[in-house]
Amino acid sequence: MKRSSAPRTQATTTSISALRLGPVSLRLNVRALVVAGALGVSLVASMALHIAFGGSPLWYPDVLLALFGNTADTAVHLAVTEFRAPRMAAAVLVGACLAAAGAITQTVARNPLASPDVLGVTSGASLGAVAVLVIAGGGHAGLSGLAATVGLPVAALAAGLVSGVAVYLLAYRRGIDSYRLILVGLGISGLAASLTTWILTLGDVTSAAQALTWMMGSLNGKDWALVQPAATIAAVLLIAALLCDRWLLLTSFGEDVAVSLGTRIGLVRLIALTIAVLLASVATVVGGPVAFVALASPQIARVLSRSVVPPVGISALFGAVFVLLADAIAANALSAPLPVGVITAIVGAPYLIFLILKYQRRLT
Amino acid sequence: MSTHPVASATQLRAENVTLGYDGQDIITDLSLTIPDGQVTSIIGPNGCGKSTLLRGLGRLLAPRSGQVILDGAPLAAHSTRHIATRISVLPQAPTAPSGLTVADLVSRGRHPRQKWYQQFSATDQTVVENALLATDMAQFANTPLEELSGGQRQRAWISMTLAQETDILLLDEPTTYLDLAHQVDVLELIHRLNREHGRTVVMVLHDISLAARYSDHIVAMKNGRIMTQGHPEDVVTAELLRDVFGLAAHVVSEPTAGRPHVIPLGTVQAALAGANRTD
Repeated sequence: MKRSSAPRTQATTTSISALRLGPVSLRLNVRALVVAGALGVSLVASMALHIAFGGSPLWYPDVLLALFGNTADTAVHLAVTEFRAPRMAAAVLVGACLAAAGAITQTVARNPLASPDVLGVTSGASLGAVAVLVIAGGGHAGLSGLAATVGLPVAALAAGLVSGVAVYLLAYRRGIDSYRLILVGLGISGLAASLTTWILTLGDVTSAAQALTWMMGSLNGKDWALVQPAATIAAVLLIAALLCDRWLLLTSFGEDVAVSLGTRIGLVRLIALTIAVLLASVATVVGGPVAFVALASPQIARVLSRSVVPPVGISALFGAVFVLLADAIAANALSAPLPVGVITAIVGAPYLIFLILKYQRRLT
Repeated sequence: MSTHPVASATQLRAENVTLGYDGQDIITDLSLTIPDGQVTSIIGPNGCGKSTLLRGLGRLLAPRSGQVILDGAPLAAHSTRHIATRISVLPQAPTAPSGLTVADLVSRGRHPRQKWYQQFSATDQTVVENALLATDMAQFANTPLEELSGGQRQRAWISMTLAQETDILLLDEPTTYLDLAHQVDVLELIHRLNREHGRTVVMVLHDISLAARYSDHIVAMKNGRIMTQGHPEDVVTAELLRDVFGLAAHVVSEPTAGRPHVIPLGTVQAALAGANRTD
């Protein structure tokens, strides 16, 4: 075991690369950068694709040109920037927010199953939204005025926050344990889901039908009035999430190790989970509870970038591409447009089963 | 960075600390001064509060009353980040995210000294490489932790605490789950760190003979109290083993360094065969 000088030359080749300039040094994960670049290109390509198939088909290169500011073809430019852009932006927002929220919760809970869906946040937000849709719903006319523009988003956001806080407080016992967090989350999730079903029976049939469509997760008919303020909030939250990235890895160590490395673990966890709950709630306000995006995207991003924990930025990029493509398929696959949540569920459910089977095998 | 504070007599001590988890106190009103630059081992039967005391010394557990003093001020008065540059703690059974490589783990030891724009400086790199060399782990730098043997993994974790460049090292049962050769391997490493780098080491050990062999100072605990402390030759005696562990044993002098070595005979009850025994 005693080799004092032999490995000295080998030791200089540690796997950690860094970019250094004066006092500044940045850790560099070349593979992650390449993956991020590729996903960035895919994002633009998917945005154009989503717009091109977001109604009567447009010529793809024209859409790309219009996206980059070409105003020559007025009809295409108008379609790209005015008519079809809000729904495209909604898809990007929902995908990025859900995936980033999932990356955070999975890292903090140290469990790939711990997505905001599992932790009760999205079902809580749904409960709030459905309550407004059904109770304040105007039957055939749908939601009108204040109830639609302020009531629903605020109710969804508040209910999402309340269930997030409830799960955290109920699971807290001398720190946060991953298993307890998931079990309590599932419990609150179930409670919110059954309350939602009960509320559905209270309203008239049309409001209930609207609520059901919303609950599937749909991007149909989203306009700037909803997407624009949501996008502003989402941008702030995403930047905050990216800034947390360095601390997030430490939360994925055991609590004792994190503390002995100088982390204020309770504070970091609280801030990170708050950001995650807000991200998931904002996404739910815009798109409804789009299934499986928050669960699957972070783990796929982790595998692609060969990171130890799901990277927030790459997860968000992947989530955006995922929802854009799913929504493009949902809008065109059948003669009647499907809610995007159906497509993400078709892709995501097998993944969830795979994840559980993989874990079971590891335990036995 | 690592200049020693101006001869403040002792860097780390506990003053009348009471420690416990949810229920009752495990340690009540305990005071202990950690000798600077020495290897101290805490021994005692299961559940006597050894690990609890170590966790208290390393601010992983806040005292219910009393205080732990570091560099003349209570731990609570230092930021946890500052403490991380003075004390490194290796908890029992530490966990890391799966897939983490040894070099990546060790580099996390630099975290307390890093800023968001200073994530891995040239100094960091040198320190990490030296820590890997000191623990003989350089050839495993790019190996994921879960692919290592128990002994190698323990050395990787110790390597991380070295990269923290602290004067004080707290180790909670660093030899658990290791076979004898790997136990000795880890203890030799700790001994070297103390002798060559002057690090103050406090560890919880189960094996009394190994504790006697590798420590300058032994603290023997029972029921949350310190029964006795001092040089291994003064502390590790047949009486101590009977009183603290309820163990009847011969204590002989081992041939290499003349340190006490325990040869167990049986539990006290069995050895005395019904003779009256005070608890």
